[in-house]
Amino acid sequence: MTTLGDGVLDFSLRRTGAMMLRYWYLLRSSWPRLLDLVYWPTVQMVTWGFLQFYIVQNAGFFAQAAGTFIGAVLLWDILFRGQLGFSISFMEEMWARNIGNLMMSPLRPFEFIAALMVMSIVRLAIGTVPVTFLAIAFFGFNLYSLGLALVAFFLNLMLTAWAVGIFVSGLVLRNGLGAENLAWSIMFLFMPLTCVYYPVSTLPAWLQPVSWALPPTYVFEGMRALLIEHTFRPDLMLSALALNVVFFAAGLFGFLKLLQSARRHGSLIQAGE
Amino acid sequence: MHAPAPPIAIERLVKIYKTVPAVDGISFTLTPGSVTGLLGGNGAGKTTTIASIMGLTTPTSGRVTVLGAEMPRQRYRVLHRMNFESPYVAMPMRLTIRQNLTVFGRLYGVPDLAARIAQIGEELDLTDLLDRQTGKLSDGQKTRVALAKGLINAPELLLLDEPTASLDPDTADWVRGRLERYRRERNATMLIASHNMAEVERLCDRVIIMKRGHIEDDDTPAKLLLRYGRRTLEEVFLDVARGRGVESEAAQ
Repeated sequence: MTTLGDGVLDFSLRRTGAMMLRYWYLLRSSWPRLLDLVYWPTVQMVTWGFLQFYIVQNAGFFAQAAGTFIGAVLLWDILFRGQLGFSISFMEEMWARNIGNLMMSPLRPFEFIAALMVMSIVRLAIGTVPVTFLAIAFFGFNLYSLGLALVAFFLNLMLTAWAVGIFVSGLVLRNGLGAENLAWSIMFLFMPLTCVYYPVSTLPAWLQPVSWALPPTYVFEGMRALLIEHTFRPDLMLSALALNVVFFAAGLFGFLKLLQSARRHGSLIQAGE
Repeated sequence: MHAPAPPIAIERLVKIYKTVPAVDGISFTLTPGSVTGLLGGNGAGKTTTIASIMGLTTPTSGRVTVLGAEMPRQRYRVLHRMNFESPYVAMPMRLTIRQNLTVFGRLYGVPDLAARIAQIGEELDLTDLLDRQTGKLSDGQKTRVALAKGLINAPELLLLDEPTASLDPDTADWVRGRLERYRRERNATMLIASHNMAEVERLCDRVIIMKRGHIEDDDTPAKLLLRYGRRTLEEVFLDVARGRGVESEAAQ
C-alpha cells in the first residue's frame, strides 16, 4: 500500500459518519432530490405492473408467473438505484467543487467509499420502500413475501451496484465530469445481459457465458425460480456472491489505481472540469 | 533533541504533465511561523507547487516534505495539522455554514466542535449567519466561510490560494487583518499564492517569484525592492515577468 500512501487503510467511523451527515444534510435540504428518488421507481413499477396485468389476462403461462415482471422491475431498481445512489452522492462533490476540500482532508478513500455505500442504501430506502407498498396496493404484489430470499437478492444486487459505482467514481475522479454520463448509463449495459425480464436461455448460446459471468444474472434467475417454480436456489445466490467478491475487489482496485493516476496527472487539481 | 521539522521543505521538485514541465527543479524551505508569498504569472507553476505540498499530485522527481512527512506518501500523518483555502474550491452550497463546519470539523477531528464553531463564527463575524445556506451568501461572506473551514482545525500550516480574489477592498482588508491575527496568535506558517502585490507586501516576510516552473527570485520584500531598484512589489513582479533583470545586472 506504500504507493497509495501510509495510513490509507486506517478507518475512522467519525470521518465516515461526517460524510454521511454531509449527504443527509443535503438530502434533507432539497425536496426535488427526495422527489427524484421516488419518481422513476414509481413510474417504472406502474408501467410494468399494468403490462403484466394485461399479459396475465391473455397468456396461461404468465398467469402462473404472476409477479415476475413487477418483481424484476423492483429488483432491477435495487441494482440500478443502488449504483446511481452511490454515484450521485459522489458526483455531488464534483458538482459542488468540494472534492478538492475532501482530498486535502484526513478523509481516507475507504471511509469515503463506506459513506457512499451507506448513503446509497439510505437513498434506495427513500425511493424504493414506498414503491414496494404501492406495488402491494396496485397489483397485489408483495415483494416482502419473498422472505429471506429477498435478503439474498438484495445483498447480491447491492454488492454489484457498489462495485460498479466505486469504479465509475474512480473514472470520474480521473477524467472529470466528462465521464459523468457513464454513471447514468453504465448499468443499462447490464440490463440485456443480466436477463432482467427473460430467462438466460433466451439469449443466443454464445452470449450466455457472458451473462453467467455477471452476478445479477443469478439473482434474476433466482427470482424467476422462486416466483414460477416456488423454489429458492441457494446455489445461484452463492455463485452470485462469489462473483460479487471478485467484482467488488476489482471495483476497489480500479478506484485506487484511478486515484493514483489522478494524482500523477494532476486531475485532482482540476476536479470538476 | 531533534529540531522540529520545517513546515515545508521542497528539494529539486520536478512535475511534468505528459511532456510539459509545470515545475522544473525548485527547492525551498519555510521556517515555522513565517508567511511566504508565492508569486508568478499564469502557468508559472504556483498551483502545481501548492498541489504537491498538499499531496494532490505525485512529483515526477524530487521531494516534498510537510511537517516532516513526505508527500504524498505520508500525507495522512499530517493532513490534520494543515488546511487550505481557495476561492477555486467551493463548499457545498445547500448546507448551512454550521453544517459545513460540522462536517469538516469532524473530518479533521476537532475536539469540542460546537464551541470551536461558535468561536470561529465570532472571530470571522459569521455568528449571525451560521444557520444560513452557504449558497445564499455574498462573495465576501463565502470567502469568510472558506476561511472558517481553513481555520476550523487551527492548522499549524495554512495554504492560501488567492485568499482575497474577487473581494472588494474593504472585505479584502478585513480578511488580511484576520490572517495577520491568526498568525500572531498561533505562530502559524502560511504560504500564500497571490496576484495581489499589496497583499503580499502587507502579509509576507518572504517572497518567492516563479516563472515557467523555475524560481526566479526568493527574498524578503524589502530586499527585493532594493535589489530591483523599485518602489513596489508589483514593479518587481513586472520586471521578472518581462525578463528585466535586477538593477545591478542591468547596470552591468
